[in-house]
Amino acid sequence: MYRLRLPPWLVLLTPAFVVLLMVIAIPLVLSFYSSFTAFQLTRPETITRWNGSFNYKKALSDVYFWSAFGRTLLLVTVALNLEMLLGLGLALMVAKVTRGQRLLRTMMMFPMMFSPILVGFQFKFIFNDNVGLLNNALQSLGLTDIAIPWLVDGHLAFIAIVTAEVWTSTSVFAILILAGLFAIPQDPVEAARVDGCTPWQTFRYVTLPFLMPFIYIAMAIRSLDVARAYDIVQVMTAGGPARRTELLWTLIGRTGYVDARMGYANAMGYIAILLSIVFTVYFFRKLTTARTSLGMGD
Amino acid sequence: MADVVLRDVVKSYGALPVVHAINLDIAHGEFVVLVGPSGCGKSTTLRMIAGLEDISGGTVKIGDRVVNDLPPRDRNISMVFQNYALYPHMTVRENLGFSLHIAKRPKDEIVKAVAQAAEILSLTPLLDRKPGQLSGGQRQRVAMGRAIVRHPDVFLFDEPLSNLDAKLRTQMRVEIKRLHQKVGTTIIYVTHDQIEAMTLADRIVIMRDGHIVQIGTPLEVFERPVNAFVATFIGSPPMNLLPATVTDGALRLSDGTAIPLPPGLTARDGQAVQFGVRADNIMPEGHAMPPTSHMAFVDMPVTLTEPLGTETLLFGTLAGTEVQAKMLNPRPVRTGEVLRFGIALDKCHLFDAETGASLRV
Repeated sequence: MYRLRLPPWLVLLTPAFVVLLMVIAIPLVLSFYSSFTAFQLTRPETITRWNGSFNYKKALSDVYFWSAFGRTLLLVTVALNLEMLLGLGLALMVAKVTRGQRLLRTMMMFPMMFSPILVGFQFKFIFNDNVGLLNNALQSLGLTDIAIPWLVDGHLAFIAIVTAEVWTSTSVFAILILAGLFAIPQDPVEAARVDGCTPWQTFRYVTLPFLMPFIYIAMAIRSLDVARAYDIVQVMTAGGPARRTELLWTLIGRTGYVDARMGYANAMGYIAILLSIVFTVYFFRKLTTARTSLGMGD
Repeated sequence: MADVVLRDVVKSYGALPVVHAINLDIAHGEFVVLVGPSGCGKSTTLRMIAGLEDISGGTVKIGDRVVNDLPPRDRNISMVFQNYALYPHMTVRENLGFSLHIAKRPKDEIVKAVAQAAEILSLTPLLDRKPGQLSGGQRQRVAMGRAIVRHPDVFLFDEPLSNLDAKLRTQMRVEIKRLHQKVGTTIIYVTHDQIEAMTLADRIVIMRDGHIVQIGTPLEVFERPVNAFVATFIGSPPMNLLPATVTDGALRLSDGTAIPLPPGLTARDGQAVQFGVRADNIMPEGHAMPPTSHMAFVDMPVTLTEPLGTETLLFGTLAGTEVQAKMLNPRPVRTGEVLRFGIALDKCHLFDAETGASLRV
């Protein structure tokens, strides 16, 4: 009887290859291939209908795609900057606390412990124009007597979404920056004080440069997070009304699973991923520069 | 330039006092070294002068201003830290000019001041490097340069050489002394190394457990230590201390050896004392300084030798206590060899066995 004898390295690596193939390679190839077809989820045979770069051309000339693209970019910019500033402020304050700091740090993490879907529902309730907490509060205080359409007006809805996003994730920045604050050597800070710096100048010229690597790590993590924002927005506005809060992934999700045009959705998905890659590369470059300037590089 | 006056300065952390009401007058242009074992409060004292620690009590005056409540930036002081404390993200040039930049001085003045400081400390070729690209000695020079560009009233040095290797430490010691001769600014320098204290100081302040034990010139504290602690702390090797009792106007060591009472010292009959003699004042016959009029002689077996070239350190045991002696123009000595040692009594010390206080009149 003849038995096939494979070299041991191949035998040992095969399980890993199989897993990689199933989990990454096949979905990747399949989705990439389908982005060049007219594949519709409801009619599986369409996956063979090759239509070349039609889906990509269509996406790139689609005004809805570009407005979702722009809105996603805006959300990333606004949310990240707000989270960074608030997280920095929070971290600086928590770092000053001497008693109960551990408890505060734990409490700071609470928003991250909730499912984004539930956060979406909670903020949907808060911002509801009729029964919402916010409008009720504003009206009870006599600040307004109309029902502000928080989730209906495009600009207001964007603000509402940013608020929910910032509420959940500011602690990512706060925790990382706090870690940075603990890692700062005290000597240069004291040297700056002796050298004539005011507290603000000490922060600006010494503390902040030391914190920049931590800020860029948080930025890189959060830019990926926000660029794929879906859950909170889907719950709060579902990209509507009338696409006023449409983001890349709410658009892609609807195109793929509601309209069943999976080929087109995959094409848009690949373009969207480029955005995430650009953000990641950008922030990692910044991180490397900041580290090198502190002599931590190489 | 200014004088610095400390009046009843106290530092306590909560209920724990670490500096007990110390008084110190530092003259304008003086080089004062605070020295003592770790935990004696010397760094805390320096940091109070700098304004990096709150002053719990008393007053600190720099020039004619009481600075207790002034932040460090308003005290016109410069400080050199043990770990250099350079700004790692700035070049040497930016590090040197930082304080002037903060003070919003005109650009050409900053350029000039930086160039001058770099010249004094031979940093000119390194101006565009970052601290990470410098050796320990170069970093320490940058830290000193950063301190001198501002022409402060007072320089504060907090153990600046303790991170350097022995050879570099000796070099930098000379550079610091030279710097003081050149700029003439008041310097307050903290170290735990008595050699640094001896070589650098105009006056040495010896501290222990938050108290000042003795203030004096290097020779004063070396020749006339006020107690046994100063006697053993200053000088290398440390002074030998032998327990003894005063009997019939002579010292009797624990094994019965009698040594005449050194001149200039008073002790009650029957008083328990410690007899202090430096290695330089106990030497084997024939390998010693010319004998003085007050000599005592003892026989002592040698247990260990440390040849240093021009002299050899001899370890022996006298009345059950280890004693270090010096041998000039050394010859080889066998372990266990019994030598006759001469003790120069007029250079010896007596301390009260209980209080440690010197019995010199």
